[in-house]
Amino acid sequence: MAKAPSRAPLVALIGNPNAGKSTLFNALTGLRQRIGNYPGVTVERKSGWMTLPDGERVEVLDLPGLYSLAASSPDERIVIDTLCGRIGAERIPDAVVCVVDCTNLLRNLFLASQVAELGIPMMLVLNQADVARKRGVEIDTGRFSERLGGIPVVPASAWHGEGIASLKGALAGVLEKRTPMRRILWNEGVAEALRILREGLMREKDGGAAAVPDAMLQRMIFDATPDPGGGWLDGPAQAHTGRRRLVLAARERIRHAGLNPFAAEAVLHYERMGAVIEGIVVERAKEGGHTFSQRLDEVLLSRILGTAILLVAMAGMFASVFWLAEIPKGWLETLFAGIGAGIEPWMEEMPALRSLVIEGVIGGVGAFMSFLPQILILFFFITLLENTGYMARAAFLMDRLFSWCGLNGKCFVPMLSGYACAVPSVLATRTIEDPRARVITIFLIPFMSCSARLPVYTLMTTAFVVPQAGAFKGAMVMVGMYLVGLVVAIPVAWVLTRVVLRIRVRSFVLELPRYQIPRARDVLWRMWQAGAEFVKRAGTIIFAITVIVWALLYFPHTTETAVTTRKVFIEELSGSTGKTPGQIEAALAEESATARQDGATEAGPLTKALEHRVSAAHIEDSYLGRFGKAVQPVFAPAGFDWKITVGVLASFPAREVIVSTLGITYSLGAEAGADSDALHAAMAKSTWKSGPRAGAPIFTIPVVMGIMVFFALCSQCGATLAVIAKEAGWRWAAASFVCMTTLAWLAAVACYQAGRLLGCA
Amino acid sequence: MDISSLKVGQRARVVHLHASQPAEQRLMALGLMPGVIVRLARVAPLGDPIAIEFRGQCVSMRKREAGVVEVEPLG
Ligand SMILES: Nc1nc2c(ncn2[C@@H]2O[C@H](COP(=O)(O)OP(=O)(O)O)[C@@H](O)[C@H]2O)c(=O)[nH]1
Ligand SMILES: [Mg+2]
Repeated sequence: MAKAPSRAPLVALIGNPNAGKSTLFNALTGLRQRIGNYPGVTVERKSGWMTLPDGERVEVLDLPGLYSLAASSPDERIVIDTLCGRIGAERIPDAVVCVVDCTNLLRNLFLASQVAELGIPMMLVLNQADVARKRGVEIDTGRFSERLGGIPVVPASAWHGEGIASLKGALAGVLEKRTPMRRILWNEGVAEALRILREGLMREKDGGAAAVPDAMLQRMIFDATPDPGGGWLDGPAQAHTGRRRLVLAARERIRHAGLNPFAAEAVLHYERMGAVIEGIVVERAKEGGHTFSQRLDEVLLSRILGTAILLVAMAGMFASVFWLAEIPKGWLETLFAGIGAGIEPWMEEMPALRSLVIEGVIGGVGAFMSFLPQILILFFFITLLENTGYMARAAFLMDRLFSWCGLNGKCFVPMLSGYACAVPSVLATRTIEDPRARVITIFLIPFMSCSARLPVYTLMTTAFVVPQAGAFKGAMVMVGMYLVGLVVAIPVAWVLTRVVLRIRVRSFVLELPRYQIPRARDVLWRMWQAGAEFVKRAGTIIFAITVIVWALLYFPHTTETAVTTRKVFIEELSGSTGKTPGQIEAALAEESATARQDGATEAGPLTKALEHRVSAAHIEDSYLGRFGKAVQPVFAPAGFDWKITVGVLASFPAREVIVSTLGITYSLGAEAGADSDALHAAMAKSTWKSGPRAGAPIFTIPVVMGIMVFFALCSQCGATLAVIAKEAGWRWAAASFVCMTTLAWLAAVACYQAGRLLGCA
Repeated sequence: MDISSLKVGQRARVVHLHASQPAEQRLMALGLMPGVIVRLARVAPLGDPIAIEFRGQCVSMRKREAGVVEVEPLG
């Protein structure tokens, strides 16, 4: 494989989780990095650029951390596929930098020994040298390098920026000399097995047109699940049975040599690397005696105190995302309102443009910017939890609550923060390594009752439940609403695991790393990345959804509607007050004259009432309003009238919109809040105009409960769908939407019908 | 006996690990293999998973997974 001179060399970083790859990657590439996803899988793919001492530019790839090249999931397979040039950059990396945590040398070297089988030029970085030094561990890197065939072995401390310069120098040498690491000397059984498979495949491939690399042959033989996604080899499917037979023959050969083929790889590599480090690692630390981490775990993992500390820590995190984020969110809202107010005067003459800019554009930008405080705060806590080493402990403590349904303890934090807001929580599922557990968690998060549902519960409870059933029952209803999502999520999780994804028992092996004090720099960097990525990747979609729904609620916006509404308004008023239409016209004219004279921003009461009526008429006549009327029969079994239906439809981009939409449709203007007495009164007074229930009130207790349950379960958040699509793909976003909306409808119908049967209607 | 039936704090030597599933291979990749000395460090408050120390590291695993690791208690 000749190096194309026009191309910058590609270098892959590989290593165990927590070896310090990301820290090293950041130290090498600085701010010049790009984050993406590997095609087809949700694993983060980071690449960046670094400059060698001689000025050469090198592309660096940060591969997912793993303990072994054995691939039992598509996410793990991408590593070996990338190293074989099958995906990712679609070329074989020119060199591999194997990042080794030298405080756990042997385990890290197992992976290095496996990677050596690829025959790619390679070097070792003995990272966390600072910790090793503190523990009195000394490593003779010269002899180490010699035993590995002369590849560079560089001690480093990525955290302190120590050894980075010599790493770069050594890497330049690797790229020039192209020395691979010395490979393991297989015993006869394994060597024979490899030969059987290699030759068998060559025969099948018409005289060995393409030799399969040894590392691939080993994966086929050694992996208990050698076929995690699609065939290991390209080619027609009918050849697979033949290949399977070859693999079985190869494994039989290993068994014949007295080894378990599924255990042989680990045993032999460990033996080999044990011999390599024999005599070159000097450990002066006294054996026995508990380390700091062990002593801390005695407290943090203890039954009662440990659980209590976890609950307090989680409560603190949750409260911050839930309440603390409201403060910067308020600033952002003020900022955007200020911008809107600032440019409004220039668009006085063009109401459509004004509405587009204020409600559509500024509203749209505001819509996704308002998620930023929550994202930043949640990622602050998550990075803190992960970098201290406490995240793994939290997962250990909580795992039992999740293990019954294909999830694991790592799903706890994202699920919990789902009660504040689904958007940052979906992003936070990145901390879950198991791809299937991650996808299930993403699917379940929107069922958790987020803070945007609160206004709906407040409106319905204070307007109807409390007056009719008392404050205590009102409180119970509020609590109940918070539980509805969880109660429904449990069977959903079960179906998803057992029926859709067919997961049987999932293993959950998790290292409990040593405790460490996190660096402020790492925390800030992660917060910045999460925020920037969200704005870049989800921002446009959320913005687009807001603008589209604005348009559907605004247009056609005819003057005819305004004129007719004005006429009806005046007629009605003259009917109820006994004034002539002329007198009312005069009163209106007078109000606008005084307003102009005083330069007042507030319109007179009569003018305002008229304006609200006109807005209500426009929304009724808008495309979404017409659509709402047309689909109202769909919601009739839940007892919804067209106003509720329009409110529900308008709330699909963001559920909290229901309150202001009801405000507009009830001619009270958008500013009527969830606790507005006028809105409560208007809703309580509204009755069916026609149909079998003509004259009966619309908002009965079963309807109100139906509305709340509907909002508790429905997928009404464009931002959440956008991030689900980005994290798990559009199919999962669509599935989430359909599943939640259907469940919401069913639950609302069940509520109403049950209520009617019980005679509450 | 398997690891999860050890007493908390008890040490044992691995005598057999029946590797035929990816989960077991994962344990082997961490260095859990015959001959290695392990210590049951603790059991989670809800009874599962368990934390095991071996080769200078601490690893959490579910009892089901630990069931495939046969050990012989020391002392
Ligand atoms: N003491 C010390 N800690 C380090 C060093 N490199 C990384 N770490 C810490 O080890 C943990 C894991 O590092 P990270 O880069 O995320 O590992 P990755 O999983 O391989 O990407 C983090 O808490 C780092 O701050 C180092 O050289 N010395
Ligand atoms: Mg990392």
